Amino acid sequence: MLAGEAGRAAERVARESYGRLVAFLAARTRDVAGAEDALSEAFAAALRTWPVDGVPDNPDAWLLTAARRRQLDAVSRMQTRKAGEEHVQLVAEEIAAMTNERDAIPDRRLALMFACAHPAIERGMRAPLILQTILGLNAEDIAAAFLLPPGTMGQRLVRAKTRIRDAGIPFRVPDPKELPERLADVLDAIYAAYTKGWNEVGDDAIPELADEAIWLGRLIVSLLPDEPEAKGMLALMLYTAARCAARRDASGAYVPLEQQDTRLWDASLIALAENLLHQANRAGPSGRYQIEAAIQSAHVARRLTGRSNWPAVVALYDHLLARTGSPVVILNRAVARAEVDGPRAALADLTPLAADKRMLSYQPYWAAKGHLLSRAGDLVPAAEALTVAIGLTTDEAVKGYLLRRLATLVN
Amino acid sequence: MRFMMLIHHDEAALTAAVQKELGTEYGAFMEALAKAEGCTAGNRLQSSSTATTVRQQDGKTSVLDGPYADTKEQLAGYYIVDVPSLDEAIVWAKRCPSSKYGSIEIRPILEPQASWKR
Repeated sequence: MLAGEAGRAAERVARESYGRLVAFLAARTRDVAGAEDALSEAFAAALRTWPVDGVPDNPDAWLLTAARRRQLDAVSRMQTRKAGEEHVQLVAEEIAAMTNERDAIPDRRLALMFACAHPAIERGMRAPLILQTILGLNAEDIAAAFLLPPGTMGQRLVRAKTRIRDAGIPFRVPDPKELPERLADVLDAIYAAYTKGWNEVGDDAIPELADEAIWLGRLIVSLLPDEPEAKGMLALMLYTAARCAARRDASGAYVPLEQQDTRLWDASLIALAENLLHQANRAGPSGRYQIEAAIQSAHVARRLTGRSNWPAVVALYDHLLARTGSPVVILNRAVARAEVDGPRAALADLTPLAADKRMLSYQPYWAAKGHLLSRAGDLVPAAEALTVAIGLTTDEAVKGYLLRRLATLVN
Repeated sequence: MRFMMLIHHDEAALTAAVQKELGTEYGAFMEALAKAEGCTAGNRLQSSSTATTVRQQDGKTSVLDGPYADTKEQLAGYYIVDVPSLDEAIVWAKRCPSSKYGSIEIRPILEPQASWKR
């Protein structure tokens, strides 16, 4: 076995090549499951052997040759069984054509991502679909990250792929006119995978998901270099990823942003994020991810320089709120506003959220409310809100932090 | 969709837990459950050693000491959540401190249907 680093690099090449081949094959046959099926054994063999024997000179050709052998077997089995599975024949022909192709296989991954994040696909399944088709993650790993039984996730993935085939979902990059809206769906799916990986730090299965999402973010920026929102989203992910090591102290306890040791921040990731944000800002008007990345940039600047910039953060949230009207933005804006106008003004901003039933079991709402009430000196309602927040928390480190805060309130 | 969340405890692991911390966590969980729409706190049961199991078979009634199955994890209580799908029910299972001391079985409640009332 090669050292971990080289092994991971080999795995990356395998995933890269696999995703490109699946995308190309699926776009030709309109059959995502068939394309995955045709390449799955070859991909599994690559994941097993490349980290040990090294990556072949032409990874695509290696995978295709292995897949072709298997597909020929499948065709001969089919003839003896006389099963009318024409697509097996079709896939075999496509693979044969690809194997003989002298030029590089065209990259259709972008088209496949647009198919996976099509409005006709259930919102919650878009990220899992992209993770499976583009990166070749298996249903068990995706299920673990999304907190679902493997069988349930497997069934949902199969259903979604059938839907792509049967509903006539196109494999193409949308026209410039539709692009912004459709791209937003793709970015939302990737970002959903990232936040899954980001929020649940405690679970071993999940942190890798954040890495995979960042990798998808880099991919989409490289495939759509002129889209500022794609850069904005990648920048947003990198800003938060840069703080990863600072979020927990040596004993594993949660450390809030304002108390993090900035020496633990990854300066190279921050520089990368700043550069992307700068490019995005130069390219055009602000979208949701661009604004959120700008907010993260402001947080980084404040902590690094020690100079307060809360009014600028509140102004950015104003833009975001005008754009989204989301209760989550109202909440985050109020928390920032407390630093400018005090906790009472922030609490008044939260009043409309109390009628929103979704907030009743939304942990950040209760945590923010408890935090603001305790700063305002309303200790009894603060303790109540913190208690509800603790009851809603699934991360043990965050739970421990809130329990300690509650204890200081009660004493 | 309503789900009954069946708490099964490893009673030995529970006894070994720091009772004061568990009490605070459980209190917070109950508060959160009480706030959420359509969810009910349910009940905690006494230990499985207090159980009695009754069964009728071939016209004979047997009454036995103890739980119906002698397993490491025993039914210890339940609560009910009303959420859009299984996905949210799983999050409610993870929130429950009992998931650290055993397991939580999630079962959709079979809702009475109009056709049954004929």
